[in-house]
Amino acid sequence: MPRNEINIPDKVEYISILNEDGELDKALEPEIPEEFLLRLYRTMYLARKFDERLLSLQRQGRIGTFPPISGQEAAHLGAAAALLPADWFVPAFRETAAEIWRGRSLESVILYNNGFNEGVGIPEDSNDLPISVPVGSQILHAVGLAWAARYRQTDAVAMAFFGDGATSEGDFHEGLNFASVFQAPAIFLCQNNHWAISYPRSKQTRSKTLAQKALAYGMPGIQVDGNDILAVYAAAREAVDRARSGGGPTLIECVTYRMAVHTTADDPKRYRSEEEVEQWKKRDPIARFQNYLIDKGVLSEDKITGLDSKIGKEIQSAIDRSEEQMKSLGNPIDMFEHTYAEIPPYLKEQKEAFARELAEKGKEEDHG
Amino acid sequence: MAKMTMVQALNLALQQEMGNDDSVILLGEDVGVDGGVFRVTDALIDQFGDERVLDTPLAESAIVGMSIGMAVYGLKPVCEIQFSGFSYQNFHQIENHAARFRWRSQGRYNVPMVMRTPYGGGVRALEHHSESREVYWAHTPGLKMVIPSGPRNARALLVSAIRDPDPVIFYEPKAIYRAFREEVPEKEEVIPIGKSQIVREGQDLTLIAYGAMMRPTLEAAVTLKEKHGVEAEVIDLLTIAPLDDELFVQSVLKTGRAVVVHEAPRSFGAGAEIITRLMEKAFYYLEAPIERVTGFDIIMPLFSREKAYLPDAQRIVRAANKVMSV
Repeated sequence: MPRNEINIPDKVEYISILNEDGELDKALEPEIPEEFLLRLYRTMYLARKFDERLLSLQRQGRIGTFPPISGQEAAHLGAAAALLPADWFVPAFRETAAEIWRGRSLESVILYNNGFNEGVGIPEDSNDLPISVPVGSQILHAVGLAWAARYRQTDAVAMAFFGDGATSEGDFHEGLNFASVFQAPAIFLCQNNHWAISYPRSKQTRSKTLAQKALAYGMPGIQVDGNDILAVYAAAREAVDRARSGGGPTLIECVTYRMAVHTTADDPKRYRSEEEVEQWKKRDPIARFQNYLIDKGVLSEDKITGLDSKIGKEIQSAIDRSEEQMKSLGNPIDMFEHTYAEIPPYLKEQKEAFARELAEKGKEEDHG
Repeated sequence: MAKMTMVQALNLALQQEMGNDDSVILLGEDVGVDGGVFRVTDALIDQFGDERVLDTPLAESAIVGMSIGMAVYGLKPVCEIQFSGFSYQNFHQIENHAARFRWRSQGRYNVPMVMRTPYGGGVRALEHHSESREVYWAHTPGLKMVIPSGPRNARALLVSAIRDPDPVIFYEPKAIYRAFREEVPEKEEVIPIGKSQIVREGQDLTLIAYGAMMRPTLEAAVTLKEKHGVEAEVIDLLTIAPLDDELFVQSVLKTGRAVVVHEAPRSFGAGAEIITRLMEKAFYYLEAPIERVTGFDIIMPLFSREKAYLPDAQRIVRAANKVMSV
């Protein structure tokens, strides 16, 4: 019996369009209207400033623990920018710039990070899912949404976000397999930020890339410089167009870096070096995009200064509004809402007993 | 009316609901061409095509996770997990997401899906094919947990489950899939989820059971009357969660005595909750300590010993006589 090589004709490409200095590969430059480029820049800038402000609020004890996004703005925003509003956006929990792009308010982020689930309430006209904490589990929902969108003969697609750690989860593999078997119009967007809390990408898998895992499921996989928003956008656009036109799912690996902590409860000094972080600072996605826009003549130092002051005010007013809003959200009885369409009898009894307890407590405090 | 087995009655419910509503989609392992390993979905693929009846790759988490996505979109997926013993591979999808989407999205999304799965012993099967773990689901806020006990109520409950706006875990007692036939009307019939039923009236003692345990419980009620002169009232829970305590509390206020029967392990089983509700709502009317007849707190034995494990009429009669003797 012969021992022959099986010819698997697939390959994995890597795309980078802007280098670390913001210099452009003209041949690959996607055609993006100026206004759209500026909106992207503004959203990245806002998301970064907001992230920094949230970190300081957390350190002051004014919000709870949260997962910062600094360094990953291009990876998730560039991908989400390739979606239409009617497409399904299926986040993990480190996609704040994309959520802002899709219309999520800053105050809702603050509310959520202050322990109010009112902060992930989704507007009626939005096709965005609330954040999903159990790693990788949301990937399957995108498959179901994408399948359903096609069943209903719409041209909507679904895009699921997750990190490098999620590619070790069973749901990642099951999700990619199902999407490919059913040719669901789904895009799987991996933000490979190199660290799953303390566990490095190099140990997460022996695969050379995460993108190549797509090949085992019979779908295209592509690796992208995740700190280059033009490259991410171009790759996502291609995948979205393919899905929309019936060409099935794609896995995109955005190679990026988590510049800050995993969450504010984490101390990265325990597992990674300052030198590594310094190396990645040089590849900052915002600085790179900024240089490109300045070279292109659509952005200037003056405009940036103006934007900086506007964004500062926007963030401050969101903080003020959220603090105002939280004053009316204190009633713990609200925690009984939205468990079922209709509250079952025994739960109603529990809610009523709790209401009596609250009333009695109120009286005791009045007299105390 | 046609006389049907539970398998045929469930098939009728699916067929009619799929005919009524094109948002009803079936998916699972072997549910299409094969018609399900127990044939509950038999021939539905011929009538509705492979766009509505999806044979899936072998992955429980993906079957449920994909169903959740479909349901969030607004479809009404009915997925089948081939045996409840394999549903732990999708437990996290139900607990982390199906049960929580309504709450997490502040009411913007709901998950109107049904997870059908056969449960329980008595069919001489392999390991993982015989256990009863309904309380895992019943303990999870946001879920509904339904267990029919015969062809007619299985059909009526499955129709309600498909139409329910919240996720429903639908346990099918495989021991009685084909054990007996009942008249099942062709015309639509529903039983509301969250309502139990009195299936035999009596004033001396209340027997509370569900699923495959209804048969030995009813058999015990006959023996109690014929051999011991005891008139037992028998309640079929039908829904485990949200638990309808009104009917069994009313019954115990009248009888003052109760026995709870389930094949699931004893500790922290449905019986523990039922008895607690009786303590809360009927304590001063109790004439005797409540007994429970249940499985033991052990791994469900392989089939050579499963008869010894499963509660039977004799064990229920013995417990009832103990309660009556006080």
